Amino acid sequence: MTEQTQSSIPVGTRRAQLAEFWFYFKENRGAVIALVVFTLILLSAIFAQFLSPHAPDMQYRDALLAPPLTDTAHGHFWLGTDAVGRDILARLLFGARYSLFVGFFVVVLALSAGVILGLVAGWFGGWIDTVIMRVMDVILAFPSLLLALVFVAVLGPGLINAMIAIAIVYQPHFARLTRAAVLSEKNRDYVMAAQVAGARNTRLMFRTVLPNCLAPLIVQGTLSFSNAILDVAALGFLGMGAQPPTPEWGTMLSEAREFILRAWWVVTFPGLAILITVLAINLMGDGLRDALDPKLKRS
Amino acid sequence: MIRFFIGKILWLIPTLIGITIVAFGFVRVLPGDPVLLMAGEHGLTPERHAELAAALGFDRPIWQQYLEFVWKVLHGDLGNSLVTHRPVLHEFFTLFPATLELGICAMFLAIVIGVPVGVLAAIRRGSWFDQISMGAALVGYSMPIFWWGLLLIILFSGVLHWTPVSGRISLMYYFPNGTNFMIWDAIASGQKGALTSALSHLVLPAIVLATIPLAVIARQTRSAMLEVLGEDYVRTARAKGMPPRRVIGVHALRNAMIPVITTIGLQVGMLMAGAILTETIFSWPGIGKWMVDSISRRDYPSVQGGLLLIAVIVMLVNLIVDLLYGLINPRIRHR
Repeated sequence: MTEQTQSSIPVGTRRAQLAEFWFYFKENRGAVIALVVFTLILLSAIFAQFLSPHAPDMQYRDALLAPPLTDTAHGHFWLGTDAVGRDILARLLFGARYSLFVGFFVVVLALSAGVILGLVAGWFGGWIDTVIMRVMDVILAFPSLLLALVFVAVLGPGLINAMIAIAIVYQPHFARLTRAAVLSEKNRDYVMAAQVAGARNTRLMFRTVLPNCLAPLIVQGTLSFSNAILDVAALGFLGMGAQPPTPEWGTMLSEAREFILRAWWVVTFPGLAILITVLAINLMGDGLRDALDPKLKRS
Repeated sequence: MIRFFIGKILWLIPTLIGITIVAFGFVRVLPGDPVLLMAGEHGLTPERHAELAAALGFDRPIWQQYLEFVWKVLHGDLGNSLVTHRPVLHEFFTLFPATLELGICAMFLAIVIGVPVGVLAAIRRGSWFDQISMGAALVGYSMPIFWWGLLLIILFSGVLHWTPVSGRISLMYYFPNGTNFMIWDAIASGQKGALTSALSHLVLPAIVLATIPLAVIARQTRSAMLEVLGEDYVRTARAKGMPPRRVIGVHALRNAMIPVITTIGLQVGMLMAGAILTETIFSWPGIGKWMVDSISRRDYPSVQGGLLLIAVIVMLVNLIVDLLYGLINPRIRHR
């Protein structure tokens, strides 16, 4: 019986849901602009090798710290070069790959771990719930960047370890949200109906309850996406994230620090890239929140 | 009311135990021999190794080690720094005033600017002020503060030469018996120019550290205010002819402040994370920079102690905010 209803419901309602979502989302002009900006960043990350005028790790020894718009025998340097003569624009384009990948990876990891823990805690309750949520409280008691730093100290500096550390630090938020949503959903009639129809725990948790808890998770997901980009850049800046010569934006800033009073461009552009990306994601997040949760909107 | 307080405090005990487990476990999961890591000596003979292991307690079962760790922590013994060889607790509380001073100034800036901006944006909803301030708040919220700090240094120290690049006060001034709260010491010493020097060192780090809390507080105040302005009691107050200033100040603002205070409390943890970056950029000799330095110098007793103390402090501040929340929120107060 459930099979039938499931195959007949989605096609129509899902399209209607999407249409409704888009209707609300496009009302927020900032969010739409942000979506365009984000798409451009995504495309430039994907097609970095075609767009980039130079290789990101090519060192032009006769063009060290060349200011923006410099013309040399090697070609045009739109955003100048860094201290070892690498084209900043090329490094930014390739750096977008790292930042977007990092954000995505962290969210996927934190979301899946958090959702599973939150579902289990909310669904089973009792001591399982207490143990899981107490552990989450402990993780949340530490400032996130500090805990990430310590995890990286344990795991060793590097981009992958930085991502794992940040995912660990972020997942309690997802666990809490999922648990709260599960608690409010699990005594509803439709869950009872599925239970009576003979659905087992895993099916009830993942197929019956979870889809109805998605809205706050998606909003938290975008928030974590932008925060992850900031935190990985911060770790890179502190020398604990991606290691040179990786063209990661935070690592670029860390390398540029000593030249701040001599060459403004080596510092300005990587930070601007981080700011624009994070801003675009946050603006989209605002739009998503308005569109997905009409109760919260109009504030 | 008292039950509410006691409940809140008891609720913290499991978290506190968890924090000690994390701080204790962190050293044990580090790659490498914990005896070498915690003793910080090189080229050990097997005898010296066994001696150190016994002295540090690594030869006993893990649960005994944990209990001893907790016992020592309760007696204020967090071990000695491998770099300075002084007690970690002493190091921490020598540097802590610097972070506290910076944090208080940043929070002061964030509240003093954030709340009025949020209120005004809510009252003049849709106006250019609302749009510009909320746009700025979103930018502030998205700001990589380590970059923001570098930009301010370029502008104010590099180009305009208004502020120094790093440190807490000019080397001309020295307060031998100071409290390490530089502003207080500068005033108390009565030396000419000391206060100006301390403030000029403080202003950029405080602005940088205030940026994200400011943005969050302004956004939160605006949305809390908008919600309250739509309530019946505000309409009633307006309808009975109360002056708008009183409606906003007495009826709306008081109620809107309740969620804002929670937000402010939550910013304290964020502030600590921000302090790590801000202090590193401005070479501000506080806890954040000390933690980063300790991690990169592999001074693990310091990292362990710092981790524990910072988590406990953040937790206590959150407790105070929770209790304050109980005091101002009549729904909890009269339960």
